[in-house]
Amino acid sequence: MVSAPRIRVDVDASLDLTGTVLTYLAVPLCFPLAVAVYYGDPIGPFAAAIAATLLVGGGMDLLGDEETNLGPREAFLAVALIWFLVAAVGAIPFVVAGNGTTASPINALFESMSGLTTTGGTVFQDFSVHSRSILMWRQLIQWLGGLGILILATAVLSSVGVGGAQLMETETQTHDMNKLTPKISETARLIWGLYVGITGLAILVYFSLGLVGLAPNMDLYNAVAHGFTSVATAGFSPEPDSAGAFAPVVQWAMIPFMLVGSTNFVLLYLFINGQPMRLLRSEEFHFYLGSVAVFTAIVGSALAVDPTITFTAEATVRHALFNIASIITTTGYASTDYTLWSAAGQHMIFLGMFLGGMVGSTTCSIKSLRWLVALKSLRRSLYTSIHPEAVRPVRISDNPIGEETIRDIYAYLLLSLVIFFALTVFIVVDAQRISGFTVSEFDAMGAAASTFLNIGPAFGAAGPFGTYDIFPTSTKVVMILLMWIGRIEIIPVLVLFTKAFWTS
Amino acid sequence: MRVVIIGAGEVGTSIAANLSSDHDVVVIEEDETRAEQLKFELDVLAIAGDGTSLETQEDAGVDGADMFIACTDDDRTNLVACGTAKTLGEPFTIARVKSIEYLRTWERKHGAFGADHVVCSDLLTAENIVRVIGLPTAIDLDLFVGGLVHMAEFEVVEGSPVAGQTVAEADRFDSLTFAGLFCGDDLVIPDGETVIETGNRAVVIGSPESVRAFGTDIAPDDTTRQTNDVVIAGGTEIGYHTARLLEEQSTKPRLIEADEGRARELAEELPNSVVMQHDATDTDFLAREHVDESDVMIAAMNSDERNLLVAVLAKRLGVKRVIAVVDNTEYVTLFEEVGIDVAINPRDVTAEDITRFSFENVAENLAVLENDQAEVLELQIDADSALAGKTIRELDAELDGRFVVGAITREGSLITPRGDTEIRAGDKVVIFVESEFADELMAAA
Repeated sequence: MVSAPRIRVDVDASLDLTGTVLTYLAVPLCFPLAVAVYYGDPIGPFAAAIAATLLVGGGMDLLGDEETNLGPREAFLAVALIWFLVAAVGAIPFVVAGNGTTASPINALFESMSGLTTTGGTVFQDFSVHSRSILMWRQLIQWLGGLGILILATAVLSSVGVGGAQLMETETQTHDMNKLTPKISETARLIWGLYVGITGLAILVYFSLGLVGLAPNMDLYNAVAHGFTSVATAGFSPEPDSAGAFAPVVQWAMIPFMLVGSTNFVLLYLFINGQPMRLLRSEEFHFYLGSVAVFTAIVGSALAVDPTITFTAEATVRHALFNIASIITTTGYASTDYTLWSAAGQHMIFLGMFLGGMVGSTTCSIKSLRWLVALKSLRRSLYTSIHPEAVRPVRISDNPIGEETIRDIYAYLLLSLVIFFALTVFIVVDAQRISGFTVSEFDAMGAAASTFLNIGPAFGAAGPFGTYDIFPTSTKVVMILLMWIGRIEIIPVLVLFTKAFWTS
Repeated sequence: MRVVIIGAGEVGTSIAANLSSDHDVVVIEEDETRAEQLKFELDVLAIAGDGTSLETQEDAGVDGADMFIACTDDDRTNLVACGTAKTLGEPFTIARVKSIEYLRTWERKHGAFGADHVVCSDLLTAENIVRVIGLPTAIDLDLFVGGLVHMAEFEVVEGSPVAGQTVAEADRFDSLTFAGLFCGDDLVIPDGETVIETGNRAVVIGSPESVRAFGTDIAPDDTTRQTNDVVIAGGTEIGYHTARLLEEQSTKPRLIEADEGRARELAEELPNSVVMQHDATDTDFLAREHVDESDVMIAAMNSDERNLLVAVLAKRLGVKRVIAVVDNTEYVTLFEEVGIDVAINPRDVTAEDITRFSFENVAENLAVLENDQAEVLELQIDADSALAGKTIRELDAELDGRFVVGAITREGSLITPRGDTEIRAGDKVVIFVESEFADELMAAA
């Protein structure tokens, strides 16, 4: 007789934590509620969401057990649940509001998941049918997603030693310090404070630009909306034309905030607290800024020689830098419709999607540190093929990287690329089911990379000023799942589907 | 002076032997048989017991001791022993440690662990190796008067520019004294007319710069003046520190270590060295990595047998200079007999350093050359010394034995001795002397 395997995950603990987070979600939901009251929009969508989150959160709190300790497995489960359920709650206002494409629950979940994962790809067709409060909720959920991932990466995951946090330790460690403070909650508070501070600064800068008349359409509403999604490297905008709707000076002002949002927040904290060299000497920081510079130079040159594009010199530099910075930091704003550029420019944008900023930031994608370690490790392999006995640790900013970490990085890269290829093929195949709808390979590759790597805009119809609504519902469902998986670094979700996770 | 020594291993015994003639020496040794044995070997009081125990230390009279030297093979025992000694009285405490960690801790705050001085044998040995590497063709190098005076023994190899020259021709440096010349087994005290021949070994004493410059002069022109390609066999602590010190001099050494974990650890610690994980006695491997073309090979593995094997292999492959670490004092001669250029004994190095540090005002046989044919002594000249107030020429006429005054330091600066130089009270004199005359000379001083 075979007895049922014993479940060795304390689901109670995960449920308890998830329930707590959902309950607290009611607090930020009050913000769009207030916006709705201010603009005279219906308050039903947010009232419903608040009720739902309190109900579900409270229920899970009751089911869960606060006394049980949260181990690594419980943390995995809780992280996956939190990201999925917060997105689900986030979809409620769209459905209840019932305007435009997001009246459909799948579309609403896509929009919400794209927001929470700081992706920034939209299924909106017509922005004008949505109320200002709904549009503001869309911005806020991205800001929350950025905050969540920061705390996850800098404080929580490091305590269970998984994902990007393990990598980040190699970048931030010194002889006497692994984290900013010995207490997780204290570290989280410092990072949280820094994130709020930079967001506030962004809002202030944007609003001032509008106030002094340099950007007439940058009112307080837009300043707050874009402040929420710049540092979060998220990319939603209440304007259908994204950053392109604003004056060049606003676009220039957005670039540093996107770049800062993709910088390691621990190093950023040390930078403004008396240890600036830690950031300035970080090899990952050099690699990250270096790749932005190189990509900008190539795209700028491509724009300059393109006979169909008639930008001024300033506009050439600005559009090249803005869109490259937006893609590499995984923000997803666009200052202009880059789908109108030559193939050279578009392909550089596509390649840029795979880079990502630094670990320990709000950035998505594969991240600079992984590429840096992989490239250094490849170079080492070339050396050891000549001197097989040589022992050469791979070093990042002079810190040796463990061989196990290198294997994990290779596995992560391979897994990411495999999922990307599979999703590309799925998008093409799934489109075939619908007569008259074909997706070109490049557009499919763009959409796959942009959703799975949480960038936002893609190419073709799903370009920066376009929409993901064109894809069949089945494709959108897969994209929702992959945005979710991609955001929390693949492993915490995939591991839930292994038998070993639950029983051994 | 009353001296208490903890540990009667090779280091402790060597220090005890050096000091026993002039001082009251008490040795505490844990092993009873060894303690018993020591009583017959040396004129010291040997006590069997735990050197860290308060009771044992009281028995040994640590409370009234002037000097306390902890030199067992165990770092923690030595440090705890020093701390214990400080609770009993105010002796000057010296601890021998193997791990550099403790030395670094002590350097942060002198007096930590209750130690007034800490000697790290592995580091000292590595420093010694690096100094020898820095002098091509040197087979021995010792520092006197706190490094102000260097003594080096060089081999005159084939093709050396000074071969066939007279000493007067070869000695072009103001602050250098040509102390002795060994031809085969014979010791020659050279004068200006002595001709230097291939195969001779020359002993010079002088300022560090002049000794280094002479070392460059004596090396054949075709040998690389700058030693760049250094291979270290064995990732022991000595091997590690040697590599680290070479890195500081911007040399990129190659380090061979067979153990996977240790090799990885070394590679992490030594970013500017090439660490290879392999058996250093594999000739195919050595040939593949062109070890034969290297300038210097250092055998620093964890056993004398393996060091001998590696050193002989390297010599046969054609490595120009081979330096071996020899743990057992008795094997040093053996290594040199089979053609290893330099054999360095960590215990000798440690004992020498401790002795030198602790008794600056007493003459000790600080360096022993060529199977004890000759010694180099550092003498502190007191007002009542027989040597004080005499010129070197007068001394030469007065004393029977063969000796050469290599260097004199007066108030911290170096004076190159010539025939009419007068030795004064307060001077420190570095003298090269034939061994049989050394005791007589020391008595006179």
